[in-house]
Amino acid sequence: MMIEKLVFYVFSALLIGSATMVIVSKHSVRAAFFLIVSFCASAVLWMLLEAEFLALLLIFVYVGAVMTLFMFVVMMLNLDKEAVQEKFVRYLPFAVLVVALMVGVLVFAVKPSHLGNLGYAMSTHQAADYSNTKALGMLLYTQYVYAFELAAVILLIAIVASIGLTHREKANNKRQRIASQLQATKADRLVVITDMGVSE
Amino acid sequence: MNFTAPDFLPAIGEMFTLGMICVVMLAYLFFDKQNRGITYFLTQITLLGAAVIAIALYSHPTEITFDGSFILDPESLLLKIFILLSSVFVLMYSRPYIRDNEIAHGEFYLLILFSVLGMQVLVSAYSFLTLYLGLEVFSLPLYAMIALRHNRPVCQEAAMKYFIMGAIASGFLLYGMSLIYGACASLNIQEIVSMMSLSVNSQPMMLTVGLVFIAAGALFKLGVAPFHMWVPDVYEGAPNAMTLFIATAPKLAGFALLMRLLVEAMPALFPQWHYLLIAVAVLSMAIGNIIAIAQDNIKRMLAYSSIANMGYMLLGVIAGTPRGYGSAMFYIIMYVVMSLGAFGIITLLSRKGFELEKIDDFKGLNTRNPWLALMMLLIMFSMAGVPPSVGFFAKVGVLESLVQADIVWLPALALVFAIIGAYYYLRVVKVMYFDEPLEKTPIIVESFDAQLAISINGLAVFFLGIFPTAMIELCQKAFLV
Repeated sequence: MMIEKLVFYVFSALLIGSATMVIVSKHSVRAAFFLIVSFCASAVLWMLLEAEFLALLLIFVYVGAVMTLFMFVVMMLNLDKEAVQEKFVRYLPFAVLVVALMVGVLVFAVKPSHLGNLGYAMSTHQAADYSNTKALGMLLYTQYVYAFELAAVILLIAIVASIGLTHREKANNKRQRIASQLQATKADRLVVITDMGVSE
Repeated sequence: MNFTAPDFLPAIGEMFTLGMICVVMLAYLFFDKQNRGITYFLTQITLLGAAVIAIALYSHPTEITFDGSFILDPESLLLKIFILLSSVFVLMYSRPYIRDNEIAHGEFYLLILFSVLGMQVLVSAYSFLTLYLGLEVFSLPLYAMIALRHNRPVCQEAAMKYFIMGAIASGFLLYGMSLIYGACASLNIQEIVSMMSLSVNSQPMMLTVGLVFIAAGALFKLGVAPFHMWVPDVYEGAPNAMTLFIATAPKLAGFALLMRLLVEAMPALFPQWHYLLIAVAVLSMAIGNIIAIAQDNIKRMLAYSSIANMGYMLLGVIAGTPRGYGSAMFYIIMYVVMSLGAFGIITLLSRKGFELEKIDDFKGLNTRNPWLALMMLLIMFSMAGVPPSVGFFAKVGVLESLVQADIVWLPALALVFAIIGAYYYLRVVKVMYFDEPLEKTPIIVESFDAQLAISINGLAVFFLGIFPTAMIELCQKAFLV
């Protein structure tokens, strides 16, 4: 029990620290790395709750795939650091105001008495043959099957929309048009200039 | 774990739509080059087929399935029928526009189908989870659709603005839902209703704050003041065919969202949302009607008019009686029919390389195409609420339900704003009939189905105004249990 508590506090602190670094870090690549750290820390917290499927998903999908793409995009974009910093300072008072307001409303609404851990039982340990993956699957494909299918539709929309928005003829496209290349005749390509005063 | 298979019959319309979306997608991929019309016709068949299914299910008793996340009731079916039929008209109007402006037509039709699917899901959602998913399925295609016209930067800007604003609204909605979930420990509307009547006294603040966030998100989607900033910009920036779609069917879905979230899920908080909606309705009617006067861009003008009209619709919800909800539904359906015609004409009058945007572009329309001018006249009279038109009966319905609920000052105020609003609708009529045209050339609508659509649409506004009873009764019955 003691070790569990220790793990919980260490990784919670790590999560909060790295999440803060994501937003305050000046370098965007570094910020992305801190995001990876915070994903790993929250995966450990999931693990403590015996939700091993979600924990591994976070590592495999988010850290392994999404963040790799994300890093790629961040490096490609070559963000202007000065401009980002300038905006950060300019909007800071407004942002602080909004955050203070939201936190105020939340504390006012939820009341600090709800925030303690008195109202919630400690999570009990599951039996050794408990499978988190199976439990999730049972819920997803029975009770939440309708919502699950809708989530799949959203992915399909994303595919159609992103293909529709990016895959199209650009005005300065450099693609070869083979048909028109083959149809070109000598008369199209060659202009014979005769009256240059040069006789035969 | 015990599991009984849910009853799939109530959701057959959604399943049909999703199946046909896949068919349309494959047909567009493989057969579109040989036969350019095939995507269009399959899309229309999908929409009409789903509408037929909804009509066939109409006599089906109210049923809740999929573990309480789906409801089949007259309200959802009536809204579905109008969402589907209005989308059929949208396609008929926008087909020539899409062809002339070289917009990727397959993607356009597919995104419309996805959006319509989302709206179907949304109007018959009965838990917060499906409501939210339906909302996302219907709004994500809208954002992409606006940006489809890639050679106009203004469209990209409008799409971006709509996307960011929509994301913020979704965030608000989710935040509110999470607070309600915290207090009620359920996402099911049925369970929320019973839990809330128990906890409304012990945790009033948490529920109220949740309500405010949820209401903000839903009202944002409807586009009412003070959440209206995006409406004129998006209407103006989007290509005309897309504005036509955004201004019609999504309003019906937004109405369903509001009804399910406030009226059906939170009757215990009626006193709270009652005053909230009064403030929003008064603001919308004032801002919409007064700012619309100053517009010389017809799309912006109609955008402000939609803000005002949503304000009028809210009056029926404010009344808080089944009669009020019924007249609010009649109002919003009729608004969609009218706005379909108005934006339909704008889309028809736009040609290759010419976006009709200014009110001045309507100058002398009567001499250039008398039939279109007559249809626009009918629609504008109806929007202004001139007596024999359907807009008049819609306004009377909501105002009457308010008076019956003993709120008299609000209808009086609404009437004052309606009179102010009449000015800008009638100005369009004046411009069409009494001003000299900028160009003399007659306008010919080449596409037969667009001509047919506008004729049916304009005459529907006219005949529903003469015989409104059947439609009003249908809407009223939807809320009588």
